[in-house]
Amino acid sequence: MTRPTPETLANSVRRHRPAVVEGDPSDQHHRRPRAGAAGDPGAPLAESPARTSAVGGRAVAPVAVTGAGALVKSLEALGVEVAFGIPGGAILPAYDPLYDSSMRHILVRHEQGAGHAATGYAQATGKVGVCIATSGPGATNLVTPIADAYMDSVPIVAITGQVARPMIGSDAFQEADIQGITLPITKHNYLIQTADEIPRVLAEAFHLAATGRPGPVLVDIPKDVLQAQTTFSWPPTLELPGYRPTLHPHGKQIREAARLMTTARRPVLYVGGGVLKAGATEGLRQLAELTGIPVVTTLMARGAFPDSHPQHLGMPGMHGTVAAVYALQKADLIVALGARFDDRVTGRLDSFAPGAAVVHADIDPAEIGKNRAADVPIVGDARYVIDELIEAIRAATSGQPGGTADRTEWWAQLNDLRKRYPLGYDEPTDGTLAPQYVIERLGAIVGPDAIYVAGVGQHQMWASQFISYEKPYTWLNSGGLGTMGYAVPAAMGAKVGKPETTVWAIDGDGCFQMTNQELATCALEGIPIKVAVINNGNLGMVRQWQTLFYGERYSNTELGTHKHRIPDFVKLAEALGCVGLRCESKADVDRTIKAAMEINDAPVVVDFVVGKDAMVWPMVAAGTSNDEIMFARGVRPTFDDDEL
Amino acid sequence: MSKHTLSVLVENKPGVLARVSGLFSRRGFNIDSLAVGETEIPEISRITIVVNAETSPLEQVTKQLNKLVNVLKIVELDPAVSVARELLLVKVRADRTQRSQVLETVNLFRARVVDVAPDTLTIEATGTADKLDALLRDLEPFGIKEMVQSGLVAIGRGSRSITTGAALRAA
Repeated sequence: MTRPTPETLANSVRRHRPAVVEGDPSDQHHRRPRAGAAGDPGAPLAESPARTSAVGGRAVAPVAVTGAGALVKSLEALGVEVAFGIPGGAILPAYDPLYDSSMRHILVRHEQGAGHAATGYAQATGKVGVCIATSGPGATNLVTPIADAYMDSVPIVAITGQVARPMIGSDAFQEADIQGITLPITKHNYLIQTADEIPRVLAEAFHLAATGRPGPVLVDIPKDVLQAQTTFSWPPTLELPGYRPTLHPHGKQIREAARLMTTARRPVLYVGGGVLKAGATEGLRQLAELTGIPVVTTLMARGAFPDSHPQHLGMPGMHGTVAAVYALQKADLIVALGARFDDRVTGRLDSFAPGAAVVHADIDPAEIGKNRAADVPIVGDARYVIDELIEAIRAATSGQPGGTADRTEWWAQLNDLRKRYPLGYDEPTDGTLAPQYVIERLGAIVGPDAIYVAGVGQHQMWASQFISYEKPYTWLNSGGLGTMGYAVPAAMGAKVGKPETTVWAIDGDGCFQMTNQELATCALEGIPIKVAVINNGNLGMVRQWQTLFYGERYSNTELGTHKHRIPDFVKLAEALGCVGLRCESKADVDRTIKAAMEINDAPVVVDFVVGKDAMVWPMVAAGTSNDEIMFARGVRPTFDDDEL
Repeated sequence: MSKHTLSVLVENKPGVLARVSGLFSRRGFNIDSLAVGETEIPEISRITIVVNAETSPLEQVTKQLNKLVNVLKIVELDPAVSVARELLLVKVRADRTQRSQVLETVNLFRARVVDVAPDTLTIEATGTADKLDALLRDLEPFGIKEMVQSGLVAIGRGSRSITTGAALRAA
């Protein structure tokens, strides 16, 4: 499908020449399921203390290698198919054995791109994403994507070179204490001291990244350790005595939650990204249908429950639907599954859902009670929690769906709100193209099988609102950290992980200018992603706040991409080896999207020139109560039951 | 706000103390006192932390602490059923005319003289914070030239050991 590029041709020649690696070349092509839960949502989860758990994989008899050789062999044994990275001085020894490896290395243009690509790969496939950088600036360029993956609980392993051990602490050339720098933004990190520990540390890093609450793990390896001689064998024994994630929920809490769920009159299922991480979307659908409880899905959980499902009220929070925000606000029971009561969801915390009892299920005990006190705390993996809730509810209601509570009135209220306050937008009166229309049409034409990857800002919110997500893992974005520049590299990673799936990045003109150089990587490596630049010539979300809260004083939000057409995104796309298209009128939208869909052998960038005054609605202004939700500028929804 | 004493068992590895103390500062907690040392199991270190906090934020920081991969176990020690001690070394001005008076105070508090110079005495004392404060108040009039205090260390009363379970896992 993909057009051969200079890089893919060179790679295929290299891969077909006889292997010159040490040891058994046949294990180069060995693939096995990931060590951890998130690696394969269908795999059984190991619950025994990690100390004794086997890493798995076919055993490799001891063989003499360098530290760098041990690193590459460990990655191969762990089943890594692809790594994103850039070589440099300190990591250079690792790139020599990598040259002969069956593992694909994609040379990116900036380490931030490597990190987000690993994240996009992980979010699209459920496997651990891998990125590689050298010491100093290479490593510090990974800080943003690592922080991003930490906030969104994405399993990635970052491998960085470090200056040689005798030089550590001497302010050596390209030295940075990346272990210290990433301490607060990694699930765990390592500074390797000897070549012998490389296989064990890599196995631990993958296990930590993928199991429990997933997250980024950094492995820093000094250059002399990479060069040292060692013996490689597989599998190593993990030494993680302090790491024991709780996967199975407590039966008593499950029964109590089930009792509340069958008796509550105004319940809501508040679904977060943890349900996707746990591979629990099918169970969620069963649970929702069994109980008849309305469902809201957070920004991180879009796609976890079909948008077309009649019980789905949409997204809660700052730019959520009126029905979803109202449902949480007026609920008598909130069942939070893999969600963390983020401030973007709750609004002002002390006025959030004042009448609700809270069942809070999360794999991370520290999330429970962190922002909102839980009446029924449940620590466990969402898959087990949901399965056991289904069982407990079936037992409690002896097969009667919905339990005993009468929810006719609740559904009547919610349906009324859905009818009166649907997601929508006004056609611009100045003749400009509505960004919402572009995104809506994109979703309608491209369909629910594609993967949509958004940047951060207005376009991200519209993409979460106006595309109908029917399937899990089809919506990727930077939720917690809000990282502008996420979309292009993350789409690249997703496309590498799912080469047969259409991947659309929906980006803003501001975001796009932060990381678009990875399009060169896409063009050279044969990664035909599609990018819709929602180009309103401004930092749109910031401009929206300036409109609403700063008296329309547009300080430093005008980017000149409209006024001066700098850069010209079509020319830029062409310069980066992509096809560039432009669309400036409503009449051309469908035609342009279809033209982009026809191109499958090269990356495509579409410059959608849209109006700058469109705003994201509904909106709960930062720091205010969800009760203050505005349906549109100056329009507060009326709730005919405000006495509730 | 009230004082809480946490005993944190950790893997005896480089960088673990930075992870633990960094977590406290990152989450906005001020550590009153901190002491680290090996336990009877060389692979396990014990960090004793005294922190001034409300109960619910403390619970949150304890949960976050438990998530650190190198942390094996956390126990909050109840002052009623534990023994807590600090160590004080203090250099007091004591020439010939004052020396006997200083020594009287030292004996009263069951402290010890560990170094003698013509014009000073260096005194070692262990005890609770209250006892050491009282000793310092009594020594103050003579002139305190220099002092150093350890963090608090504490252990539960009775025959039970908090390291047993952790030891099984780490060994």
